[in-house]
Amino acid sequence: MQRRFALKLTTAAMAAAGMLPLSALAADTIKVGVLHSLSGTMAISESVLKDTVLMMIADQNAKGGLLGKKLEAVVVDPASNWPLFAEKARQLITQDKVAVTFGCWTSVSRKSVLPVFEELNSLLFYPVQYEGEELSKNVFYTGAAPNQQAIPAVEYLMSKEGGGAKRWVLLGTDYVYPRTTNKILRAFLKSKGVDEKDIVETYTPFGHADYQTIVADIKKFSAGGKTAVVSTINGDSNVPFYKELGNAGLKAKDVPVVAFSVGEEELRGVDTKPLVGHLAAWNYFMSIKSPANTEFIKKWSDYAKANNVPGHKDKPLTNDPMEATYIGFNMWVQAVKKAGTTDVDKVITAMGGQTFPAPSGITSKMDEKNHHLWKSVFIGEIRADGQFNVVWKTPGPVRAQPWSPFIPENKGKKDEPVIAKK
Amino acid sequence: MRRFVLWLALLCVFAPAQALTPEQALALSRGDTSSRIAALNAALDAPDDRTVSLIQALADDAVRVSGTAVFIVRDDKGFDPVSGAEVALPAAAEEVINNNQMRSELDAALAFVKLSSPDAEVRLAAVKTLAGEPDEAKLPAIQKAFAAEKVPAIKEALGDLRYALLLGSADRAKRLEAATALGDSGTPATKTLLLERLKTESDAQVTAALKGSLAAIESRLAWGERLGVVFTGVSLGSILLLVALGLAITYGLMGVINMAHGELMMIGAYATYVVQNIFRTHFPGAFDAYVIAAIPVSFLAAAAVGAVLERSVIRWLYGRPLETLLATWGISLILMQAVRNLFGAQNVPVENPAWLSGGWQVMSNLTLPYNRIAIIAFAMLVLAGVAALIAHTRLGLFVRGVTQNRKMAACMGVNTARVDTYAFALGSGIAGLAGCALSQVGNVGPDLGQSYIVDSFMVVVLGGVGQLAGTVYAALGLGVLNKLLEGWQGAVLAKIMVLVFIVIFIQKRPQGIFAMKGRSAEA
Repeated sequence: MQRRFALKLTTAAMAAAGMLPLSALAADTIKVGVLHSLSGTMAISESVLKDTVLMMIADQNAKGGLLGKKLEAVVVDPASNWPLFAEKARQLITQDKVAVTFGCWTSVSRKSVLPVFEELNSLLFYPVQYEGEELSKNVFYTGAAPNQQAIPAVEYLMSKEGGGAKRWVLLGTDYVYPRTTNKILRAFLKSKGVDEKDIVETYTPFGHADYQTIVADIKKFSAGGKTAVVSTINGDSNVPFYKELGNAGLKAKDVPVVAFSVGEEELRGVDTKPLVGHLAAWNYFMSIKSPANTEFIKKWSDYAKANNVPGHKDKPLTNDPMEATYIGFNMWVQAVKKAGTTDVDKVITAMGGQTFPAPSGITSKMDEKNHHLWKSVFIGEIRADGQFNVVWKTPGPVRAQPWSPFIPENKGKKDEPVIAKK
Repeated sequence: MRRFVLWLALLCVFAPAQALTPEQALALSRGDTSSRIAALNAALDAPDDRTVSLIQALADDAVRVSGTAVFIVRDDKGFDPVSGAEVALPAAAEEVINNNQMRSELDAALAFVKLSSPDAEVRLAAVKTLAGEPDEAKLPAIQKAFAAEKVPAIKEALGDLRYALLLGSADRAKRLEAATALGDSGTPATKTLLLERLKTESDAQVTAALKGSLAAIESRLAWGERLGVVFTGVSLGSILLLVALGLAITYGLMGVINMAHGELMMIGAYATYVVQNIFRTHFPGAFDAYVIAAIPVSFLAAAAVGAVLERSVIRWLYGRPLETLLATWGISLILMQAVRNLFGAQNVPVENPAWLSGGWQVMSNLTLPYNRIAIIAFAMLVLAGVAALIAHTRLGLFVRGVTQNRKMAACMGVNTARVDTYAFALGSGIAGLAGCALSQVGNVGPDLGQSYIVDSFMVVVLGGVGQLAGTVYAALGLGVLNKLLEGWQGAVLAKIMVLVFIVIFIQKRPQGIFAMKGRSAEA
């Protein structure tokens, strides 16, 4: 008797926490799919986004749910395995019948699930900055397109305030995102009159740890004029790179490095001394002062403490993809309310033009046509405590250009999803 | 500090100093960068010591603004920049944020003020800073300083700086003189200057002088570059040597295919991390010495794990290489997960002590980082130690004996099981030392070992299994080869080419660089 009671109690508790999809409860809930890797190499970055979605769901349920129903999370683990992403997406849509999915980090995982979402006409919110060159009716991109991160950063470095760089080192890890971003940047730099010989592109393998030659080359290259480095180095290769840079005597004010993949979460567990003064370009920094951000950070800290999120329970950190998830979720809730239903096509129509006060201090708007957010771009300088000082920002939100005008093949592509006729 | 105050006082005597006003302090600390730079340049016209200390504080990121009031913050106490008196610091005061442009202007301004310091070293440092960003507006002051300078080294540096500024002069003769004279300098900064000038120069004679000087500088710089490549190659080689040396014993001498070798390195690196934390909390004064203490700790930690491993698993599997491979691979997974549970999946920060940060400037364009130099020296020491141990000690004799003929050694009364344990622990301990060294150049995380395990097997196989000397040649050879190819073809292709080279080499010479000679009784 006693045991059965205890069993019931635990099931009830688990259901309350929204961890277990219970068929008995399923009838009057709206299901939200969470498709982030919780194991494997991407777990470090992605698992916190799962917690962000869970936090938002708990928050929405505390406010009384949505359309009179409770929200229910369905969490699956695609384990940093790209084909598994597609399988899990199909499972979420066909078996669990989720109304919406929040998920993916790497471009290759997004490319893997895209046909599934299009085939089954379901909805995906993708929260990470990416290389553009994609536009689907079924996806809302809440991270930055290249013109919302890479190009403003380069413009800043070209400006007098940013040091007036004349020569460019485009340095990256060898995979899709850096290659495409650098292709766009190269075309952009050329359009600004930068000579071919003033641009070098260098790639390293994943997990590269010996940056001696590259730093020596940068040093040599920088003797030819004011040089800036645009780094799309991925993951923990950044640490040996910055260490080598510091030891070789290249200071941030001589050769500034702007990174697109170094954020608050990446700087956790890093000796930041050699990085101080180098730059990062994002659409959100935890150090931004705005009422919306204070609320966001407080919500996250409370949630992380209450739910023992590893790492964050002692030192809660927020970052750009988390903010993008937060905005995306809130906009989805608003769109569902406006549409009065979770029907995918009606929600997609209702999403266009939604606005939300973003933690970055702007009013973020979902573009009416191209499924991307309008975003402000911030350039931050790395501080010794692993946070960023904002040294520059765009005057206002920038509209996303998923088809970069700097790639010739994109000429004539429509800035809105093309819906195939059936 | 006292010297600083002294020359500030001197400065005040010679120049009719203009006193810092609150408006000026505010203009320096708030507003957009260009207006702040304008305020800075205005303040530099005969500054008083209050102005200088405000600029110093701005450069140190120690200034806060609240409303229109500016505060200098030192040791959490607020000071009024105008009067210098201690004042209460409002909690809402915001830190003044400098961008890189502002920071270089501040540094240049400080250097400019320090040009008239009585301390020769301060003056030399100031000239070097100013040479980094030549500003024609400062030419008269630099001419004056040049005329007044007595110390030859500083006079020369000032002369270079003066020529650098004269390069932009409207007077053709002066430009020509400067272009010719700068050919004697050997710094990359001068090269930059000459290149810039070359773009805009119209006079044929000056252009020729510029080109001549450039060629002279480039040939001087080329030597630095060549030496740089050799150094990076040796440095990579020394890291490869360290990671492979332990394996040369466990795999090379004992024949154990130890897939957990990388994880033993990781344990050494984590031991360094733990020692660092202990020093930080208990002996903050001796923090810089933590690396020294970490060396024996990482050795012992990895050796202990290695000994347990040998006693509990490996000793049952001697002579069964496939089973050893699988078992040690499983152990590597267990060790990684254990570390993840203990320390978390994230990388942990290991700081370089001050004496391992920065570098030794050998030539103007060749800086050898201290941590790399230290690792080369450390690798040599470990190598010497291992060589001496194997060649000259009783344990080394036993190890060699057991490797060559286990049964005969046992007949002679050698406790072969114990020798195996010792040898394996030694190999593991050396892996721990490698981990300690790696913590100074790279990341420390649970996956640390994974990225080096292939490299270490590569070195041992290439060098010839069972030979320490082969390991040394292979490590240094691969290091230098890799760096040469990297400079030529980039990191991605260099890695592929090195692998192709090894495949071909092993095809032609399966026994590696050095073959085991003589009667190796056991196959």
